[in-house]
Amino acid sequence: MITFESVSKTYPTSPRPALSGVTVTIAESQFVFLVGPSGSGKSTVLRLILREEKPTGGRVVIMDTDVARLPSRKIPALRRQIGVVFQDFRLLPNRTVRQNVAFALEVIGKSRAAVRELVPETLELVGLQGKADRMPDELSGGEQQRVAIARAYVNRPRILLADEPTGNLDPATSVGLMKLLDRINRTGTTVIMATHDSQIVDSMRRRVIELDAGHVVRDQARGVYGYAP
Amino acid sequence: MRAGLVLKETGVGLRRNLSLTIAVIITVAVTLTLVGAGLLIRRQIEDMKDFWYDKINVSIYLCGNSSPEPTCAGQAVTQAQRDTIRSQLEAMPIVKQVYYESSAQAYTNYKKLFKNSPDLVKNVDPTALPESFRVKLTDPQKFDVIRTQFAGEQGVQLVQTQSDVLRKLFRLLHGFQAGAFAFAIGLVVAAALLIFNTIRIAAYSRRRETGIMRLVGASRLYVQLPFLLEGAVVGFIGAAIGAGVLVLLKWLFVDKGLRPNIPAINFIGWDWVPTVLPLLALAAVAFSVVASFVTVQRYTRV
Repeated sequence: MITFESVSKTYPTSPRPALSGVTVTIAESQFVFLVGPSGSGKSTVLRLILREEKPTGGRVVIMDTDVARLPSRKIPALRRQIGVVFQDFRLLPNRTVRQNVAFALEVIGKSRAAVRELVPETLELVGLQGKADRMPDELSGGEQQRVAIARAYVNRPRILLADEPTGNLDPATSVGLMKLLDRINRTGTTVIMATHDSQIVDSMRRRVIELDAGHVVRDQARGVYGYAP
Repeated sequence: MRAGLVLKETGVGLRRNLSLTIAVIITVAVTLTLVGAGLLIRRQIEDMKDFWYDKINVSIYLCGNSSPEPTCAGQAVTQAQRDTIRSQLEAMPIVKQVYYESSAQAYTNYKKLFKNSPDLVKNVDPTALPESFRVKLTDPQKFDVIRTQFAGEQGVQLVQTQSDVLRKLFRLLHGFQAGAFAFAIGLVVAAALLIFNTIRIAAYSRRRETGIMRLVGASRLYVQLPFLLEGAVVGFIGAAIGAGVLVLLKWLFVDKGLRPNIPAINFIGWDWVPTVLPLLALAAVAFSVVASFVTVQRYTRV
């Protein structure tokens, strides 16, 4: 599904590479934690998968496509296969929950009928069926992140990227959110989650890829967080 | 692509920066008015040139009994001199036609011209008006050739052309036209910068939306179309207002102001409305869209 072949990435603003020689393969419907200290390259991995950045060396292959060679007019089609969730939710504050989720479908040209069918279904999946007409600022942090997940998942992407999704949430809320991500993963969606949350990683017992200064220092099939700050 | 949603985004964008939107509309309108005025003045000049140059004669006044000019040598033109001048004129390739106007004919024309001012007629001695050759040229702008050839000739009192007056008038009109175009160029730059700024601010205020569009895989066209439509709408409204102002100014200055007072000049009519105005408006819309497009390329990533 996702293959990194000795990928390096150097940003023009920094002399130190953000990633160097990263070789990783992530199979379809895997659940993967990306761990490591700040600046270790976790976000760069996610940005490369989204084709927000091109690798400076090596190849990033997603669903049999070398993303560096993807012409820019085909990037939207790639991104429709990938959902993203961020630590800061990134909801549109002037739209309701339903409108926020529908937005993701409308802007890729989905029909009204598809929107009417998919949005309530997805809101139910994330457990927000009763809050469709609320505004984001009327919701708790955990609920807002569920809206963000609904928006990322409403088009049924094959890959879901989560960049510190529990970073702004308390532990109890985080557990609920992880259950949701786990449920999405069980539908066959590949989930890649960058996190600092050791409790969550330890409790899930899923594959853990640890990065340090741009290198993969650990790749365990059923790992724990294992990183001492 | 859902057209309704794109149009809604466009409307929201226009309202969000209302003051800037209005500034752009006004600038586009004034620019279009000035460019249009420049074009109309040019048209007027061309029309007048055609009309007047066709009627222009070069007049070669011949010496009378009391002409003070040295070429007259204190005496009236002789028959021999008169014949020489005529044959010289008729031999010149740029001369189309030569009329001779005797002193008596000149007096008749004079009386006709000033029939409403009997005092002027009364004070003129019928024999005092000089006889002349009226020369029509193939190219009226080349009257200087006639002037250089005949100004020093024996028996010639004066070489004169209405062109001297017209030239001053045309110079004035050309000045207006150049001024209008110069202003218009300045305004085109101002309009480009304003549109640039407006779209930049619109892109900035919608960066949250466009950021999400990008992440969920909206196509470039879908992300950028509302901005381009904003440019098109603003350009169109500005062009419509500018065209209206131009029509109003033409009516006010030409039809109400000049035409009743200067009946001798054939002023432009309204035939340019269906031909020139749509082109100008189209140019204004295209200009706004291109300016928006350039800005959007810079300020929305894909």
